[in-house]
Amino acid sequence: MFGKLTLHDIPFDQPIIMGTIGVLIVGILGLLGLITYLKRWRWLWEEWITSVDHKRIGTMYVLLALVMLIRGFSDALMMRTQQALAGGGHLGYLPPEHYDQVFSAHGTIMIFFVAMPFVVGLMNIIVPLQIGARDVAFPVLNSISFWMTAAGALLPNIALGIGEFARTGWLAYPPLSELPFSPGVGVDYYLVALQLSGIGTLLSAINLITTILKMRAPGMEAGMMPVFTWTALGSNMLIIAAFPILTVTLSLLMMDRYLGMHFFTNDAGGSPMLFINLIWGWGHPEVYILVLPIFGVYSEVIATFSGKPLFGYRSMVTATLVITILAFTVWLHHFFTMGAGADVNAIFGIASMLIAIPTGVKVFNWLFTMYGGRIRFEPPVLWTVGFMVTFVIGGMTGVMLAVPSNDFLLHNSLFLIAHFHNVIIGGVLFGCFAALEYWFPKVWGFTLEPRLGKAAFWCWFVGFYLAFMPLYVLGFLGMTRRTNHYDNPAWDPYILIACGGAFLILAGICLQAAQLVVSIRTRNERRDLTGDPWDGRTLEWSLPSPPPAFNFPVVPAVEGLDAFWASKSAGPGTRRAAYEDIWLPENSPVGFFLAAFAAIGGFAVVWHIWWLALMGLVGGLCALIASSWREHGEICIPAAEVARSDRLANVFRVKN
Amino acid sequence: MSQVSIAAAGERAPARYQPATKLGVTGFGFYVYLLSDAILFSALFATFAVLKTATDGGPSARDLFDLKNVGLETACLLTSSFVCGLAMQAAEARKPRELTALLGVVFLLGVGFLGLEIREFGGMIAAGAGPDRSAFLSAFFALVGAHGLHITVGLAWIGLLVAHLTTMGFSESYYRRLFCFSLFWHVLDVVWIAIFTFVYLLGVQP
Repeated sequence: MFGKLTLHDIPFDQPIIMGTIGVLIVGILGLLGLITYLKRWRWLWEEWITSVDHKRIGTMYVLLALVMLIRGFSDALMMRTQQALAGGGHLGYLPPEHYDQVFSAHGTIMIFFVAMPFVVGLMNIIVPLQIGARDVAFPVLNSISFWMTAAGALLPNIALGIGEFARTGWLAYPPLSELPFSPGVGVDYYLVALQLSGIGTLLSAINLITTILKMRAPGMEAGMMPVFTWTALGSNMLIIAAFPILTVTLSLLMMDRYLGMHFFTNDAGGSPMLFINLIWGWGHPEVYILVLPIFGVYSEVIATFSGKPLFGYRSMVTATLVITILAFTVWLHHFFTMGAGADVNAIFGIASMLIAIPTGVKVFNWLFTMYGGRIRFEPPVLWTVGFMVTFVIGGMTGVMLAVPSNDFLLHNSLFLIAHFHNVIIGGVLFGCFAALEYWFPKVWGFTLEPRLGKAAFWCWFVGFYLAFMPLYVLGFLGMTRRTNHYDNPAWDPYILIACGGAFLILAGICLQAAQLVVSIRTRNERRDLTGDPWDGRTLEWSLPSPPPAFNFPVVPAVEGLDAFWASKSAGPGTRRAAYEDIWLPENSPVGFFLAAFAAIGGFAVVWHIWWLALMGLVGGLCALIASSWREHGEICIPAAEVARSDRLANVFRVKN
Repeated sequence: MSQVSIAAAGERAPARYQPATKLGVTGFGFYVYLLSDAILFSALFATFAVLKTATDGGPSARDLFDLKNVGLETACLLTSSFVCGLAMQAAEARKPRELTALLGVVFLLGVGFLGLEIREFGGMIAAGAGPDRSAFLSAFFALVGAHGLHITVGLAWIGLLVAHLTTMGFSESYYRRLFCFSLFWHVLDVVWIAIFTFVYLLGVQP
């Protein structure tokens, strides 16, 4: 009846887990209670859950990322404290089987459910606004994408309380992840969660590519697209080319585990190395999927706050596209030690080093943009400058690792851990925070409190260096990744410093939370009435904050780069009131239902509850088929209403 | 900040600007999806290429494949694609009854293909050459099975298209769906030709 699921699968004997679960359940019940008390269920359903507005969906993506960041960071803090306590004959407080789940969950969650939704959410919110579009190309599909991602994010959290998560590391290498060596449900949770969110990501990429290539405002030629939009295009093309590989790879591993097939097994001709090649065929492009749009964020921020056009727009776009292509030529550097031979390793080593060239072009472009500019050191700029310093260091250690002979020494050591955190935190995460500070007023209509934001930045920045620079040293001292306990006294001081750094980052996160609370409480004093709080350059700043559901009352005509800056420089103009009726897509619950059935079905597959899995599948299909009958899914906003909202927005702007 | 206005599109739109039609947007999006599907299949082809010789002492391609059956499958599928093209012509001529009939023929040919494939798979499994026998057979069943699964989805899609046509009649949005389906169906043909060549023809080669 319940497949493999029994009451014993809930870890009642683990105080740490049960405590977490308790807090989680109390928190969720409190939230549900609050919504009921405030009578906000209808509002939640109509304005958010069934919304197909790209701004709302993007905001939900970012919220999901922030919530999951807390989960992923808790895992990080547990690992750091475990290692700090587990030196010199001590065993620490996390037994190996739990510790292994913690680091696996940390990696999986941070990449798939923090970085990915954050970046996808940003692209969702900003790209249509930057190109003068009223929504993405397929709004309902957009809602489906988000909810599939959310369904995927749910599963590792369920795994916390029911059963276990993978103990295999974030990429679940076989043969360890095969049934004989991982007989539990942990790997299955991992596989199903990633499959669901992968579908969401792929659909979202189809949507954004079509939006960028087909829905730009009249006059906006490719060479006039804002850099963030360009990088979003590169990133989404990579998703189209890379995520199907992930889907296939994970499906094959699932077939091994569920149907007894032999793709990656040790016996019957299976090849574990095939998995590692395939997964990195996705995995290496994945890091560029994350970082390319973030390069776009930095470009927007640095141009805006320097009060100058971006230096070298064309070289920036070219560098983006070169990285997009090179991203697919380097996957083997993740396993130089496989023994592919000197020639193969050399080719992939050189290809890896080549990526430093377009990236270097970008760094110089940002520097030259700042040169001679009137730079305002608002929080987004702090994150950007912090990134430029940190990312260059991370890039250089990356080039070190790209030398195969070095790699043989440093492979799977903490040097590698330090390197990729250096580029992912210093690159992707800093950029997410820069984007949060930069575009927050556009989405919510008020700015974030800057002093707390700056304090948070400094905690993160210093905390990052304290937490990760010692890991480079530890790598050279021979400490391998994923170590549960050790007895080498030479490592102790570095591990303690790293632990201190993690707590400083915790302080940064607390300050960010405080910043959010303070900003919301003082929102009336910090309203963004102009829609253009930073003296921006691109079209999103031409709209009121928050923009109306239809974004643009009148679709703008674009004549060059930095369209909004150009029209500001041209001075106040007159606008002929040529308002037209605007048709917007109706809300749709299909994404929510589809994801609910997918989550139920996914849970059932993990536990081999086949009747429930079948119900999930049938339910999902029914939701899809039922929604396909909706013919008139559009609501009209009459021209008079559009005019009224436009005039209202302009009245505020003039007053200011 | 003074009032800043941006010229409306109608005022200064460049002459060569043409907003994308709904069919253009949907069709383009579907092409992008098909690209991702092509990548999906190429990952499966790569897997097959790597594991082709990993028979683990079990049956190999030459022992298993029956080109006559595969030829029949190919005939079914290619004919169905041709009929699908005729169906699109009927749709453009707004002839719903002809369209329904032609979609029915596409469906039957698809069912024929699927029946032949299931018979082939069943025969192999019965002969002890199932997907769990060796890595080669795992890769074979995964690749050819993934194509079969796509065909199954396509058949369900035909059912849905006919149901839409009978309940809601012909419309612009209906034509867009039909257009996407025909792209899907043709691309499955292209994938099949690759399977036919690389899996079956090269497989039976001495």
